[in-house]
Amino acid sequence: MPRVVVDVVVKPEILDPQGQAILRALPRLGVHGVRDVRQGKHFEFDVDDDVDAETLQRIAGELLANPVIEEWTVHWR
Amino acid sequence: MCLWHAEDTLRGVQAVVVPGGFSYGDYLRAGAIAARQPVLRAVIDAVQRGIPVLGICNGFQILCEAGLLPGALVRNAGLHFVCRDQRLRVESSATAWTGRYAPGAEIVVPLKSLEGRYVADSATLAALERQRRVVFRYLGGNPNGAAHDIAGIASADGRVLGMMPHPEHAIDPLTGPSTDGLDLFRSAIDILLGSVRSFS
Repeated sequence: MPRVVVDVVVKPEILDPQGQAILRALPRLGVHGVRDVRQGKHFEFDVDDDVDAETLQRIAGELLANPVIEEWTVHWR
Repeated sequence: MCLWHAEDTLRGVQAVVVPGGFSYGDYLRAGAIAARQPVLRAVIDAVQRGIPVLGICNGFQILCEAGLLPGALVRNAGLHFVCRDQRLRVESSATAWTGRYAPGAEIVVPLKSLEGRYVADSATLAALERQRRVVFRYLGGNPNGAAHDIAGIASADGRVLGMMPHPEHAIDPLTGPSTDGLDLFRSAIDILLGSVRSFS
């Protein structure tokens, strides 16, 4: 059974205050050189063989992500 | 009359208020799951027929997620839940829900939200401003980073209104900071009775 991974992240032009908060916490770990952080969502699906890429794009674009504010990528494992 | 999320009927109501609170744990995004429930299908159909719809807070998020209003509501820029009596300016009385307000009137209504920052692309924001569809704007400092200080917007025909602050929490001096919210509901009743401004 194929596994599909969908990652959703806020568009670059939309302020991501959660990513900013993570970025500000990094120096406290002694980590430097990280320029930007964007927080997103990661989904894993186990799908039947006949679920096609178009269907996965529908799932991503109509439910997992809001195209107004987010972009997404679909990967087949 | 209460409507049930799993039903696909509005039971003959003449107007709909989609209330605030939380829905489906607000998993995925605030309002995202609620916007895909059967009763919202019925609301979308009724909007095509011109029924007045008001979405408050989570209800505003749901109307945006359902595509009835443009843009989206995202996490407050300051990350904190904002709960305060909020001053607003009524920018338009040309909606089904604001006919009783004088344009430019200032009102005080509670705001209580974590995902209240209105965002939309620049073309959408320009169109909302040009068409005078920004109905409420925050005064006294932007509480959540909303684009153009937007607290509420309407559909092109003025029948659908979404707003983050809670007018239903400003209808009685015992429980709210003012009674400024009452006129939203009176305005819609005016429209439904066909007697605009007849019982002030």
